[in-house]
Amino acid sequence: MLSLTINGKKTTVDVEEDTPLLWVLRDTVKLTGTKFGCGVAACGACTVHINGEPVRSCSVPISDAVGTKITTIEGISDGNLTAVQEAWIDEQVPQCGYCQSGMIMAATAYLKENPTPTDEGIDEAITNICRCGSYPRIRKAIHRAAKQMAEA
Amino acid sequence: MALMKLTRRKFLIAGGLVGGGLAVGFGLGDDGPENAALQATTSSGEFALNAWIKINKSGEITFAIPQAEMGQGVYTSLSMLLAEELEVELSSVTPEMAPLAPVYVNSTALMDTLPFSDGHHQGEATIGAWGMKKIAGMLGVQATGGSTSVRNAWEPMQKAGAIAREMLVSAAAEEWNVSSSECVASKGTVTHKSSGKTASYGELVEAASALEIPDDIPLKPANARKIIGKSQPRIDIPEKVDGSAVYGVDIDLPNMAHAAVKLCPVFGGTVASWDDKAILNMPGVIKAVRFDTGVAVIADSFWRAKKAVEALPVTFDEGPNAALSSEAIFAEFEQQLASDEGRSYADRGEALEKISQADTVISATYKVPFLAHACMEPMNCTALVSDNDVEVWMPNQAQTLIAWFAEKAADVPAENVKLHTPYLGGGFGRRLEIDLVVMAVTIAKELKGRPVKLIWTRENDVQHDMYRPAAQASFKGTLTSSGEIDAWNHRVASPSVTRSFTKRMLPWADSDMPDNSTADGAGNIPYQISNMLMEHVPTPLEIPVGYWRSVGHSYNAFFTEGFMDEMAWAAKKDPLEFRLDHVSEHTDFTAVLQKLKEVSDWSTPLPEGRGRGIALHESFKSIVGQVVEISVNKDKEISIDKVFCVIDCGTVVNPDTVKAQMESGIIFGLSAALFGEITIEKGRVVQENFPDYDMVRLNNCPEIEVHLAPSGRPLGGVGEPSTPPIAPAVVNAIFAATKTRIRELPLSKHGYTA
Ligand code: FES
Ligand code: FES
Repeated sequence: MLSLTINGKKTTVDVEEDTPLLWVLRDTVKLTGTKFGCGVAACGACTVHINGEPVRSCSVPISDAVGTKITTIEGISDGNLTAVQEAWIDEQVPQCGYCQSGMIMAATAYLKENPTPTDEGIDEAITNICRCGSYPRIRKAIHRAAKQMAEA
Repeated sequence: MALMKLTRRKFLIAGGLVGGGLAVGFGLGDDGPENAALQATTSSGEFALNAWIKINKSGEITFAIPQAEMGQGVYTSLSMLLAEELEVELSSVTPEMAPLAPVYVNSTALMDTLPFSDGHHQGEATIGAWGMKKIAGMLGVQATGGSTSVRNAWEPMQKAGAIAREMLVSAAAEEWNVSSSECVASKGTVTHKSSGKTASYGELVEAASALEIPDDIPLKPANARKIIGKSQPRIDIPEKVDGSAVYGVDIDLPNMAHAAVKLCPVFGGTVASWDDKAILNMPGVIKAVRFDTGVAVIADSFWRAKKAVEALPVTFDEGPNAALSSEAIFAEFEQQLASDEGRSYADRGEALEKISQADTVISATYKVPFLAHACMEPMNCTALVSDNDVEVWMPNQAQTLIAWFAEKAADVPAENVKLHTPYLGGGFGRRLEIDLVVMAVTIAKELKGRPVKLIWTRENDVQHDMYRPAAQASFKGTLTSSGEIDAWNHRVASPSVTRSFTKRMLPWADSDMPDNSTADGAGNIPYQISNMLMEHVPTPLEIPVGYWRSVGHSYNAFFTEGFMDEMAWAAKKDPLEFRLDHVSEHTDFTAVLQKLKEVSDWSTPLPEGRGRGIALHESFKSIVGQVVEISVNKDKEISIDKVFCVIDCGTVVNPDTVKAQMESGIIFGLSAALFGEITIEKGRVVQENFPDYDMVRLNNCPEIEVHLAPSGRPLGGVGEPSTPPIAPAVVNAIFAATKTRIRELPLSKHGYTA
């Protein structure tokens, strides 16, 4: 039994130690907002936060997540949408939407470290894939969220 | 509460709404399958007003959407069409996935993508085409593809809204004993103008449902529209920002098991032997299943299933294709192009004579590789097989086909098939295919009574796709003394997607027949050329090929617009002006080019190291012109700086969705132009996953500026038409900047990095 803290809640899971965090979240804890895209840390669809840092959960063995604070898309807001999520709606970002949990997790972590984002900074920090090509809107939404957070 | 009994006459009307005389063709009676399908989703207290809309007594409006939502915003666009005529706020309409029924057949997709329409193919006895038509009719495909969602629903959706509104108004008028012309409907309420009496739709629905469905209600004139044509926020977006949207891969059912597969890497290969005992003791393993092309492990979690299937010892019989390579395929194209074979899709004037007599002939060879779809959501299908029925949850673009193959694979009666279509994490044509449903049902059959969720890994997906075909083209062209195109001879060799697709469905229907999709955007180009011969040489291959966003246009636009640019430079003309000269008889194409010239500031030169390229292409009834600005240095580091995109798609339903689709299609095409290549070696795909099948990301994504230029032409598609022009626009820009002509994709093959 491994004990985990996910979105502020403690839980125990009975899985092999090499099981990726992604599959524990999706199949064991049933938090399916975090998506499987490639399994090899190449697309970012599975991005979650560990102690506030963005990680690609498909490539984190669950044993490494024990004793950390895990946050998923389901846990970033306290009922109200975050500034990032609101900006995502205002800019009408998602198309199929499949990559967007990972995008929002990556953008949220980036904005926490970089409250005044630059295009170069965004390019470097957010390397997730969106097969639907929502990138121009993602960029706009990040700037919009930053502005909103600065005003708040 | 008893359901409204739809009469035969009403059905003819309702059926007639979907166009193409489908209602009559299916010989509807009072108890037709449509009736049953609709009633099955009508719960007590709701009334089926007609095939499309349900309004309950509390005034809640739900309506059945026959298309899958895969990011194209169809739930919103179709809701807009309905709300406009029903006279309700957009927010009061809730779309739901339509029950599977012939009423919802997507007739436009059939007409466009299957060859039987024989739209521009010239003069061949089409007995094969006739056969295809029969099959298409039999299948009654309910599909989402060919950029048809809104085109197909444009009239029926509005009509449905108008009919329901009129019935509600009539019900109110009857109740108040006044004429319906004295009543108006607005915001879900009917008002009697002089007395001020009002009744909500919910109050009227019971009386309305007893009325005859009226014939032929005129639709609003364009200038009276309040919703259509104005950007509306997409109704599916809120649940796509908080992780709550449910995709196929997220399906979770009581007692569900998980499956992972290992497939023969060689196309057409089979399992020779396996040792399932070797893995049965691994944690969580429930069962191993062997089928023709591979093996599966069913376990209590996906990860355990995947680990076990990887460990499962299997040997494959690689079959007859084990020596196949991309190299050999292109050699075959070369041979085909040099032969006399070919089927003409445009033949006018004396192209070959002109070319043989000319002093100067401009000639070129163009090539494109196979491409994978790589939908963001990996392929998946969940199936629950019992002794006499099957239930399937699958993100798919072709409900009729999926249900049909679920029935076949499960071997149960057709009426015992249930299909659910959750959100699609991308489709792009890949989810029209039946391979996943057949595989999932075959596996689930071995664990009857328990749902089994099959997920493919990204590696499975990249290596077992139905690919955008590789293709090769040869061109010969001549110019008049004043620098106009005199003769144009274009030959393309590629496999036929329609043939490959049909053969997968119905092996007995395999036959060589005209396939407009192979020549789309090559035979039917808008340019005024007096002497033109465009031929396609069908080159069947053992690599499965499929519908990939924009299908034949995806390579033909690259070929024709690349060569068009070569002709312009040979004529020493500005590439945009040269195109204008050749579309002078078409006001719509001219308007797109003029607009593009203006918004892109085409006439202002760019500094050294930068270049502009243009491409113009019509597909799915929409005209798209693009100008690309690039920077490139001597180390071949290229940056796609900006894309200007002008689209004429006729009437616009949701302008912001059109813009989003333009951006999406451009980036999709750009990934292919820069990096996209599936290579075949030893009968198998070399690439595995995103690291070697790369995509455009934020850092190399251009700024995109979209302009709508509606000319009043009929409604065109928007999901695909922005993909074809981007690759030629980019290579044309590289030529403008460096005088290097790229005739083969992707650019990474020539050492370019982005
Ligand atoms: S699924 Fe983890 S990075 Fe792609
Ligand atoms: S919205 Fe579809 S992959 Fe990003």
